[in-house]
Amino acid sequence: MKLAVASGKGGTGKTMVAANLAFTLSRTEPVTLVDCDVEEPDLNLFFSGSATTTDVTVPVPVIDDASCDRCGKCGEFCQYGALTVLRDRVLFFPELCHSCGGCTLVCPKRAIHEEPKRIGTLSVSAPLPGLNLISGLLDTGSSRTVPIIRAIKERANNDPLVICDSAPGTSCPVVETLDGCDACILVTESTPFGLHDLRLAVDVTARLGVPAGIVINRSDGKDEATVRFCIDHDLEILMTIPFSREIAAIQSRGDLLCQVRPEWQKDFSALAAKCKSLAGVEE
Amino acid sequence: MVYMIYARMSKKERRGIMKVCITAQGATPDAKVEERFGRAPYFILMDSETEAFEAVANPFADGAGGVGPKAAQLILNHQVAVLISGLLGGNAKAVFESAGVSMYIYRSGGSVLDALKEFKNNTLERAK
Repeated sequence: MKLAVASGKGGTGKTMVAANLAFTLSRTEPVTLVDCDVEEPDLNLFFSGSATTTDVTVPVPVIDDASCDRCGKCGEFCQYGALTVLRDRVLFFPELCHSCGGCTLVCPKRAIHEEPKRIGTLSVSAPLPGLNLISGLLDTGSSRTVPIIRAIKERANNDPLVICDSAPGTSCPVVETLDGCDACILVTESTPFGLHDLRLAVDVTARLGVPAGIVINRSDGKDEATVRFCIDHDLEILMTIPFSREIAAIQSRGDLLCQVRPEWQKDFSALAAKCKSLAGVEE
Repeated sequence: MVYMIYARMSKKERRGIMKVCITAQGATPDAKVEERFGRAPYFILMDSETEAFEAVANPFADGAGGVGPKAAQLILNHQVAVLISGLLGGNAKAVFESAGVSMYIYRSGGSVLDALKEFKNNTLERAK
């Protein structure tokens, strides 16, 4: 089963839920935790340990000046403005390139070939018995989150139980993370801002065809608006975590709630069981 | 000071006859200058001597990204020698620098014609 943990609004508690869910489940079955927030991965704060790190690269075009006659076809073809053809040379903007390879195909002189360009790294570690952590990290200055997310998910592809901790929001990195998942936990908080962004996130899961369930975090007991929204949209509230200074303190130390307060393990086991039925996975 | 500007000018600029591109909010020389380059609704191409003009609608104005280089390529295809705008991104600047197109900044809120007049009077600053 591939399970995603996403939100909408940032800071609702995705990593808290993903980390504690993974920790609890790893005690009885092998779990692969994938940190898909490749701009700001933070699962390593809860699961430290030595990791093996490799480069993630994408192909970018390299133009042979000797063969190029500045016909302009590569620049015309490029949808992203990455190639500008001047009278005496071709300018290439690597940060705009989406590695489609189209320029190499349309060049009539076959003057373009591709070379790998590093955009970030992929790290694998085994912080606990039964738990593997795969993290991606985008290089500072690069904007290509999606290829790294693709690479880390690919690494976990054949593992039996995969939990993907998503980035906040609803744009490309989140879509890439959710794509292909069997279910998605949307972690929200009962504030107008939280609800506003939850609506957007629910819309994304619906369009992707990923069944979603809600976890209300930091609840002050006055969740009526969020609850009403869930009822109206046929969304199950899988779990409600109360606002608690103690939980906040445990989190800020980089500790796991389910380790410091083992009684929470049954709540996260119950959450896992609900996710499995949401995903339509047999026990 | 004027001599220094003159000395840095290209031959074409000294002759005073050149194609100037000014970013605009409308399709005529009395339209207000658009400060942004890549997302300007129109590019007004003017002969600096005769003030004859041609309006080019910017097909990239609503693009998601990479708009600067694409718009710059469009301008280059019209053999423009001088560009006047309010705000140029790094990529567009790189294209124009490499192509030898001089870039000037106009942000006084006037029309395309006002900007051209200031250019001809040498009161516009070059883009940094």
